[in-house]
Amino acid sequence: MSAPSPIELDDPVTDDLTVLATPWVTIVWNDPVNLMSYVSFVFVKHFGYSKKKAEKLMLEVHNDGRSVVSTGTREEMERDVQAMHEYGLWATLQQADA
Amino acid sequence: MSGFTRHRKSGMSLATFSAFEADLLRSLAGQLIELLRSESATVAEPYDGGQDPLEELFNFDGPTVAPEDPVLLRLFPTAYTTDDEAAAEFRRYTENDLRSKKAAGAACIIDSLEEAGLPPQPEDGLYIDVELDAATALTWMRSFTDMRLAIATRLGIEDGDEERWYGLADDDPESQVHDIYEWIGFLQETLVRSAG
Repeated sequence: MSAPSPIELDDPVTDDLTVLATPWVTIVWNDPVNLMSYVSFVFVKHFGYSKKKAEKLMLEVHNDGRSVVSTGTREEMERDVQAMHEYGLWATLQQADA
Repeated sequence: MSGFTRHRKSGMSLATFSAFEADLLRSLAGQLIELLRSESATVAEPYDGGQDPLEELFNFDGPTVAPEDPVLLRLFPTAYTTDDEAAAEFRRYTENDLRSKKAAGAACIIDSLEEAGLPPQPEDGLYIDVELDAATALTWMRSFTDMRLAIATRLGIEDGDEERWYGLADDDPESQVHDIYEWIGFLQETLVRSAG
């Protein structure tokens, strides 16, 4: 086996890749107004989640004050947040590790 | 007062309202529309008359500053909690559209009630039967939510504060508004069940 000829390489640029790989999340926050049944209904309707998953997320919102309800690209999360606001749910987005 | 039920065959959500109830719903929907139009959305750099009018015509910029009214702020929450610039951009691209959709939702309630026979000046003894298909039921649910958010923000409703409201005198205006809030909540609960 011959050794590869030495080639000068720049340091790999990883910044863009890192940004792409870091997912964003949509967070729904608890409020004293929205009904538990409605919040579950919205999660089924908008995200297509099963009733079981939707209720689990709804209970997280209710008991923990917040829940990560979806994960994806920044653009996708902006669309989800916009949809949640349309339903009257209090939602924000941020990077997953933020 | 029985709220919404699901029609087995058609899957429609059905409800019967007294003239008083239907008129109250129409009035609440009308107030919501007025509220949505009341505080004109704040654009950071308003048109100063010096720009090209054609450019202004194609300026689709929305507001970049959060609404001052706490009700509007609750209806149009800040999407980014730690990035003001991103929050302003998000608002610029979404708030006007969201305002229009919420106003259209409230107008849909008024239309449904009037199409079901609610006259401008309803008399006692009149009953209004509404039948909502799935899409219209969803629009009503969203608008019920907006009404309840608006009332709750004005009253300062918090988790677990029921006793505060039940302790008020019956003729206290806040008590009456709270009764309406609970009534819309009841309608919402039955509507979700009938549609789900």
